[in-house]
Amino acid sequence: MKVLAAMSGGVDSAVAAARAVEAGHEVVGVHLALSRMTGTLRTGSRGCCTVEDSMDAQRAANKIGIPFYVWDFSERFKQEVVDDFISEYQAGRTPNPCMRCNERIKFAALLEKALALGFDALCTGHYASIETDSKGNLQLHRSLAMAKDQSYVLGVLNKQQLQHSLFPLGKAANKDDIRAEAKARELSVAQKPDSYDICFIPEGDTRDWLSDKIERTEGAIVDLEGNQLATHDGAFGFTVGQRKGLNIGKPASDGKPRYVLSIRPKDNVVVVGPDEALLISELSGSKYSWCGEAPSNTTDWFEAEVQVRAHGLSHPCRVKVAENQMVISLTEPIRGVSPGQTAVVYLGSRVLGQATIDKTVSAVMEQV
Amino acid sequence: MPVYLDHAATSPIRASVLALYVATLSEIGNPASVHSFGQHSRQILEQAREEIAKAINCDRNEVIFTSGGTESDNLAIKGIYWDVNSKDPSKNVIISAAAEHHAVLDAINWLVDSQSAELYLIPSDDQGVLDIVAFDSYLEQNAARVALISVMWANNEIGVIHPISEITTLAKSYQIPVHSDAIAALGHIPVDFAESGLAAMTITGHKLGGPVGSGALILRRDQKLTPVNHGGGQERNLRSGTPDASSAAALALTITEAVSEQGELAARHKIMTERLIAGVKQIADDVVVSAENVPRLPNNAHFRFPGCLGDSLLFLLDSDGVSISTGSACTAGVNGPSHVVLSLGASNDEAMGTLRITLGHSTKDQDIEAFLKALPKAYEGAKKAGLTRR
Repeated sequence: MKVLAAMSGGVDSAVAAARAVEAGHEVVGVHLALSRMTGTLRTGSRGCCTVEDSMDAQRAANKIGIPFYVWDFSERFKQEVVDDFISEYQAGRTPNPCMRCNERIKFAALLEKALALGFDALCTGHYASIETDSKGNLQLHRSLAMAKDQSYVLGVLNKQQLQHSLFPLGKAANKDDIRAEAKARELSVAQKPDSYDICFIPEGDTRDWLSDKIERTEGAIVDLEGNQLATHDGAFGFTVGQRKGLNIGKPASDGKPRYVLSIRPKDNVVVVGPDEALLISELSGSKYSWCGEAPSNTTDWFEAEVQVRAHGLSHPCRVKVAENQMVISLTEPIRGVSPGQTAVVYLGSRVLGQATIDKTVSAVMEQV
Repeated sequence: MPVYLDHAATSPIRASVLALYVATLSEIGNPASVHSFGQHSRQILEQAREEIAKAINCDRNEVIFTSGGTESDNLAIKGIYWDVNSKDPSKNVIISAAAEHHAVLDAINWLVDSQSAELYLIPSDDQGVLDIVAFDSYLEQNAARVALISVMWANNEIGVIHPISEITTLAKSYQIPVHSDAIAALGHIPVDFAESGLAAMTITGHKLGGPVGSGALILRRDQKLTPVNHGGGQERNLRSGTPDASSAAALALTITEAVSEQGELAARHKIMTERLIAGVKQIADDVVVSAENVPRLPNNAHFRFPGCLGDSLLFLLDSDGVSISTGSACTAGVNGPSHVVLSLGASNDEAMGTLRITLGHSTKDQDIEAFLKALPKAYEGAKKAGLTRR
């Protein structure tokens, strides 16, 4: 196959590209420039998007012996990921930009471009594996390296995208093996630190980063009864489940700590309440998709598990589609889920599909 | 055989130059040393200086050896600005143009940002032609405040040739020094320093078949300049650092050969670029040829392909063994829209769909034919891949 290897400059994508070459594919490396205002050196916790990372990717491609190009996706990335991130926060939701990047950039814009330019598949260093079932349908599964499993952020992939994806690290047992392999292959990125946090927020402080992008307006922090407890200097940037930084001053009458329960951007209000009010029994979202073949009957409840954050646990649940919504009913309530997050539905290790959460139903009271 | 059509980025080293370069590299001696080894090295250096002076018509003492174009541009712009501005602080305006090379623009912008310089850009039209009337009237109003003018002899991306003599004639009446980056022009059109009226001129070797790292600033005898590098006082105290005699010798041979071949090469290149432009128009009928109907370099053809990204075209052509460029080669390897193409009034999308083909001393007719043969498939694929926006 003609394979385009997306190379971030990190160790995973470098080893993935090397494995694709070894598997006999004709491989070309490409680094996505996601910002034109790139720094020359890595700072903070970022692991991509600087000239240093681009050069790391190029060095790895040279070592592996494949051609290498840098493609500019900065404008598309800004529109589809960064602007979406800002407007989601503006709407009081908690977006997952890595998911958006996979959905709209890597496995959309880049994959489309790759196919148009004559490639058969896109190779990345994600820890997840693609399996074929008895009928020949492709399925996405969790990585064996559970600590690194990235199937969650790939939950947005549809059947066609799976057909053109190659994840050579899917069977890796753990990251140490990949680092050892990179070292054995004499790749200079073997010991490069892992990236974490959001690539376009190098300092890792989302609220601070948003502060000059979303207008700050003072508003009320209220309890469940609507009593004003304090003021905030901008509702954006609060996260459901957040306890610190509320500056309410006086304690609750029962002495228990208070948490952010919901954010109402329209009237600029942050609602707080007790821990138990965070418990959610049901999630739903109209923006959903199936990863590979859709389950045979989705209008009736079926047993599954759901994961609501990248490195979170999975929780037993029942799932069905009703009125164009994916509805997820949790067997045991879970804590602190915010609209905007993605719910990825699993059956064992297999990813079934995902939904962006629009609505949550509280386990203990009327919806907050 | 891979085809190389990116000589404005760098050109293959000439066999004659390589032989001389390697031979002189094994000579011992610092040109500043007094002993016989040093004298021998000095002899190589001064011989090179004389040859360059002869090839471009300047005084041998006007040749200041540097490491290349970027250093020469920085030395000229910062050095002349510092000298003029330190004597008369009211002179803080630098006149230039939007399509200049980054070595010029960024040096000027550094002076603007850090030293209170002001930049006036001579307006230009959609072919890249400078508005000399606007420039003249700006001078009439502001000449007393102008420290320096820097305008390239010909543009490295789109090939448009600027009227250097007209600019120096206008500047002369106000005694304003004019610098020109002549890198793209030298070897492709006649370049005569003494005739030009320039105070300073940048040249480099590697675009003409010399080694990377060999360049010079030609600085008129009466033009003062504050050095950027301080040290041993070499090169008339204007560019300290041990002179590189081998590079100088290689540069001299490169320029001597390039200048002596210039007329014959330009005639050959003109036929090739005409064939190229006609061929591309046949393949892509909506293509826009930049600076098509104005004075331009014979070795440059610059295209804008609507609905395509230059990097898709580059990738597909490169996969087919044909190496061209989307514009100026840049450090990060990221092809943002070219500031040169934007200066023509093109939209962001138009500026992303560019291809630059530049010919050099080693270009043959079959290279042009190979490009034209590879283009239809690449154009079709790039058009299919479209722009990165939905």
